[in-house]
Amino acid sequence: MPTFTSEQRLIRSTEDVLGVRQMVRARAVELGFNLVDQTKIVTAASELARNTVQHGGGGAVTVEAVEEGGRKGLRLTFEDRGPGIADLDLAMKDGFSTAGGLGLGLGGARRLSSEFTIDSKPGEGTRVTIVRWR
Amino acid sequence: MERIPILKMGPYLLVTIQVDMHDRVALGLQDDLTQKIVQARAKGVLIDISALDVVDSFIGRTLADIAAMSRVLDAETVVVGMRPAVAITLVELGLPLTGVRTALNVERGMALLEAAITRREDGDADIH
Repeated sequence: MPTFTSEQRLIRSTEDVLGVRQMVRARAVELGFNLVDQTKIVTAASELARNTVQHGGGGAVTVEAVEEGGRKGLRLTFEDRGPGIADLDLAMKDGFSTAGGLGLGLGGARRLSSEFTIDSKPGEGTRVTIVRWR
Repeated sequence: MERIPILKMGPYLLVTIQVDMHDRVALGLQDDLTQKIVQARAKGVLIDISALDVVDSFIGRTLADIAAMSRVLDAETVVVGMRPAVAITLVELGLPLTGVRTALNVERGMALLEAAITRREDGDADIH
């Protein structure tokens, strides 16, 4: 049985991205995710944590064990109080980047997750929630 | 700062990434490798990523950049030992590492480098 329900971690620098990967990996293992599913959610978390630093100016992630209709999953919520995203459709597109990266972060994280939601208000910040079911 | 060791073996440089890399460590490797290619007049670079359980878009891009830079410096790069779960995830992420030579293990990677270098030298001979 998972020994945690919810855990939070600050993301302030790219060094913290590594810590987020390790934390999500440990939780996914605890929940009994297979290796491919572990790798997918850890990679999605890495992309979103980096976005939180590079675009949001830092923030936090909340990691929760969730259960619905007998299935178990992991929910990750990334929040920042950065400038927000003016055009969400554009930001979700592969190859669109304002940070000189590959522009795979949001679209890639969505493809690697079972559920993906994003809320963003210009001037207030961004919240991205993903769920991966086991 | 944490650094990834680069070993020289004949005309080749060998790198084994043993730890999950911070972004700065990955960028440090890129700098160190390009300098070492020139210093050692290396013809090939072999990067073993069998210990990596995650390759995200940043690390993937760093590997692709290293391959592109070494090509400009007249050296071939081959990335070996990618774990199956990492390969599946990279493709789904949208980063199929186009332009990066890969091989299943070190042995096959070395064979690929040798073949590529021989081919290139033969090509040069044709021009002269």
